[in-house]
Parts: sequence; structure tokens; C-alpha cells
Amino acid sequence: MTTARPAPQRLRWTITDGLTLAGREIARLKAEPGQIVAALAFPVVMVVLFGYVFGSAIQVPGGGDYREYLMPGLFAMVSITAVQGVMTRMAADASQGVMDRFRSMPTARLAVPFGQTGADALVGLGLLAAMVGTGLIVGWQPHRGAAATAEAFLLIVLLRYAMSWVGVYLGLVVKDDQTAAQLVPLFLPITMLSNAFVPTDGMPAWLRLVADWNPLSAITAASRDLFGNPGARSAHPAWPMAHPVAAVLLWSVAALVVFVPLAARAQTRRGR
Amino acid sequence: MTDPIVLAEGLHKSFGGTRALRGLDLGVPEGTVCGVLGPNGAGKTTAVRILATLSDPDAGRATIAGFDVVREAGRVRERIGLAGQFAAVDGQLTGRANLRLFGRLGHLSRGEARRRADDLLERFGLADAADRRVAGYSGGMRRRLDLIACLIQRPEVLFLDEPTTGLDPRGRLEIWDAVRELVADGTTVLLTTQYLDEADHLADDIAVVDQGRVIATGTPDELKATLGDTLDVVVEDPGGLRPAASVLHALAGTDPTMTGADRLTAPLPGGGFRLADIVRELDRAGVAVADVRLRRPSLDEVFLRLTDSKETVR
Ligand SMILES: Nc1ncnc2c1ncn2[C@@H]1O[C@H](COP(=O)(O)OP(=O)(O)O)[C@@H](O)[C@H]1O
Ligand SMILES: [Mg+2]
Repeated sequence: MTTARPAPQRLRWTITDGLTLAGREIARLKAEPGQIVAALAFPVVMVVLFGYVFGSAIQVPGGGDYREYLMPGLFAMVSITAVQGVMTRMAADASQGVMDRFRSMPTARLAVPFGQTGADALVGLGLLAAMVGTGLIVGWQPHRGAAATAEAFLLIVLLRYAMSWVGVYLGLVVKDDQTAAQLVPLFLPITMLSNAFVPTDGMPAWLRLVADWNPLSAITAASRDLFGNPGARSAHPAWPMAHPVAAVLLWSVAALVVFVPLAARAQTRRGR
Repeated sequence: MTDPIVLAEGLHKSFGGTRALRGLDLGVPEGTVCGVLGPNGAGKTTAVRILATLSDPDAGRATIAGFDVVREAGRVRERIGLAGQFAAVDGQLTGRANLRLFGRLGHLSRGEARRRADDLLERFGLADAADRRVAGYSGGMRRRLDLIACLIQRPEVLFLDEPTTGLDPRGRLEIWDAVRELVADGTTVLLTTQYLDEADHLADDIAVVDQGRVIATGTPDELKATLGDTLDVVVEDPGGLRPAASVLHALAGTDPTMTGADRLTAPLPGGGFRLADIVRELDRAGVAVADVRLRRPSLDEVFLRLTDSKETVR
């Protein structure tokens, strides 16, 4: 392996270079205001599409307003979109040789994924704020006080950060922006296969099993609980649905424990 | 004699069944330009990637300024710059922002990165375009920016992998000028190319690579002297081919290659052949000649000569 520099120095460069690279992502966004507008329009489109178009035909289990039921599902969706966003950016750098330039420079190895996930966390906060704003306008509200509300948002942000590492790994594995672009549409069915938009009770048993174990369902159920939004639990829930907060923590930690080392290895691996 | 600043010894590298490098040796003295000349698939990129610490060799070793590219990659990365086969700059950012980014990632201070970026943009004729997004640059400008992006941290050794492939003639000349500018600063440059004339213009020494091995080395003049010129003869009618072939054989010392139904090509070793003499010889053999030309060999012919695998007329 490489002759190691002292650990504190390596850590310092990982942080400094990570911040530089996160700054690059923000500069890219600033250079493309259209992208910001599109990103902020997304919550509005989703709320209108699901809240008013589909919502008119969906019965909320246990009764209640569909838009109150829907918003936690859309917050959850914000968590999961980190995968595709980060994957696309990592793959773009890998396919355009930019990643090779980073790797041939004294830049800290792990600064690239840290910069990318750090910038994505900021983007995620913006998206979440836009989604919350849209939700408040259409009548959604948290009902269980500041502590529970804060807990829900922390869980959403945590899951999004964990998911961004899945994106880092996928992007490094596909290494090609066109392949990455082709993978993006696959994320929609994954989001739909959950309790985010419709109750899972009506699904065939096997599908329901998949939906109940979808991390998206866990964060949706946890937020519904913590915000006090409608969506009664079924009589015999699967484990993640009975303990949604624990399930979100577990999914987040599992994603980080598995994908941070995998991504780090893919980032530093040589020999291609 | 000091050790070469770039040194590769017996590099081997395989990708599945493909043996990209099979014992590549290379030495580049400090402050010189080495042209690695070879056709597509010769192993040029593979060699550069190993030297630039992006890839590990299966066997053999390489050092940059005495540091091992595998075991001391960190030290190597502080000393090199790499411009790969594709312009690795961020199209979304301006030219200036790109250079500052790479300066910071090369661990220059903020002020130093800023000054160095401005300085290089000025020196390499990109000052006017500096605040435009790179996506709108021409191919030549993009490559030039890519090239100066790896200068920002003042590398001791610069690797340029086919810096002009895909550029129009004007873009090529711009890159050539930029490379000459670097050399004047004393930077050691290793550049790969498929074009003999490019190596000829830029390199102090040329290493001809084929199938993962260096098959010839020398200064451009030395290589040219061993390769000599190439003679093309087009005959009026096919009956003239055989007598023309024997004339060419007598001149060249080897059998000529048939390059068409009515034409022959032969390499002429060394210099000292005059077109008038050749025409007289052909005339004396009774060959009705449509065209005779004496020219510098093309790269294909260099390889055919060096690998000695030519098809001959009998
Ligand atoms: N990542 C790779 N996977 C499989 N084969 C490769 C890879 N990189 C290079 N090769 C093969 O190795 C040989 C040398 O390639 P390369 O070094 O790119 O040549 P050059 O740069 O001289 O055109 C070629 O046959 C090429 O197909
Ligand atoms: Mg190549």
C-alpha cells in the first residue's frame, strides 16, 4: 500500500478536500439555476399529483385527510432520492475522467465520497424544506409537539444521508453516466412499493411483505407516528411496521455499515 | 549520470485474456520529453495509468523520482500531473473555477490557487474565456484547460495521454505550443501519441511501443535514420510490377510491399537516395512508370518495419 502520512494529517486533508469538493457541487448548482427551480418544483408536482389526483380515490385506513396521510410518504421519498442523485454524480465523474484526475492527485481518497454526500445532505435539506412548505400550504401539520417533530425530521435526514452512500457505491460500480441514467427510472417502482402513497393492507401477501420491509415504509410509518398524521396500523403488522423508529435506525446504520466501507474500497481500488 | 526521473522495468499487465503490457521498460531523464509512440491498443494508456498510480502492474516495477508507484503512491501523486485521453474538466464550471478547484485539491492555499489559476490562464491564452463555462469551449480549448489543470500544482513529471487525438489541426498546434512552453520550464513530459510527426516535433526521445513492449528507442533523428525514407512506385500496367519489384529489391535490400494492383512500396534504409537515380533505374529496367514518390514513412510502415511482418510480392 501507500506510505502512510500521519493519521491526523490524513484526516485533516479528508475534511479540507471534502469541503472543497462539496463546494464544487454547490457551485455547479449555482451555475444551473434551472436545476434548482426544477428541484424545488418537484414537491409541488408530487403534492398535486398524489394529493389531488390519486388522493381523490384513496381511502385512508382509520379515516382522516389523505393529504395529511400523504406528506410523510413524500418526506420519505425525499430520503430515497439521495440514491439516484449521488449515483448520477459519481458516475458522471467516473466516466469523464475527472475521478481519475482526483485519484492521480494528492487529494485525500475519501474526500470525494464525503464531499459528494455532504453536498447532497445540503441539497436534501433544501428539498425537505420545500416539501414541508408545500405540505403546510395544503393543510398538513405535525400534531405531537416539537420533540416528536424534530425526531421525525432527524430520522428523515439520517436515512437520506445513509442512502446517499448507497448512491456513492452504485455510481462507482456503474462508472458510466449513461448506465446511471438508465437506472434512475427503476427507483420509481421501488418508491411505489411501500406504504408511502397507499395502505399496504390491500396488497397480495408476498408484495405486502416486500412493501413492509421497504426502508421507505419504515420512515413513512415512523413519521406518521411522530407527526401524529393519520394511517392506523393493521392488526398484525410486520416487525418494521410495529417498530418503525427502530427500523429506520436499523436500516440507516446497516446502510452506512455496509456501504461506507464498500464505497471506500471502490473509491481507492486500483488495478483497472 | 542521475537515475531517470521516470523509470519502468519489466511492466506486465493483463486484463482477463488480453496482455496489455508484456515487459515494458522505459526511462525518462529529468527535464526531457519522451514520446511513447504506438498504434491503438499498444498499451500506451495502460502504461501511463500505472505510472500515474491509477492502476497496479501485475509484475515489474516503476518509480517516479525514486518513489515506487505502488508502495509510495502518495509521494508519487505529489509530483505528477496527468492529462488523460479525455479532457477531465468540469463542464458545468468556468475555466477559472476548474483551475482553482484542482489547485485546492492539489493542496495549494486558497490565495496560491487563485494566483496560479490566473497566471496559467494568462500564459496559455485562455484569459478571455476564463469566466465562461467550459461546456461552451472548443475541443482545443478544453484540452488546453485540461493540460493546464495538471500544471497547477507544479508537477515534476507530466503525463499526457494522446493529447491531440481528436483535435483539428489548429487545436493540435495549440497543444503543441503549450507543451513546448512547459518544456521550457524544465518539466519532464511523457506523452503518448499515434502520430510520428507529433513525436518528432515534441519529443527528445521516442519509445516505439507495440503489443505491450518497447520495440525501438532513440531520438527522432536516430529512428528516422534507421527507418530511412519510403519509396512508392505506381506502374502504368501490371506487367511492369515484376521488373519494378526487382529494381526496388536491389535498392532497398528487401522485398517491396504491394499496396495496390499497380503499386509497390519499399523502405529505403538510411538517406542518400535521389529520386532522379531511382527513376533512371526503373527506366533502364523498362518499367513504364505512372508515379514515383520518395517520402517519410508513415507510422504503419514504421511498425511493419520494426515488427518485420510484411507481405511481399514474389
Ligand atoms: N480496462 C480494460 N479492460 C480490458 N481490456 C483492456 C482494458 N484496458 C485496456 N485493455 C486492453 O489492453 C490493450 C492495451 O490497451 P491500451 O493501453 O488502452 O492501449 P493504447 O492506449 O495504446 O491504445 C488493448 O488490447 C485494450 O483492449
Ligand atoms: Mg490509449
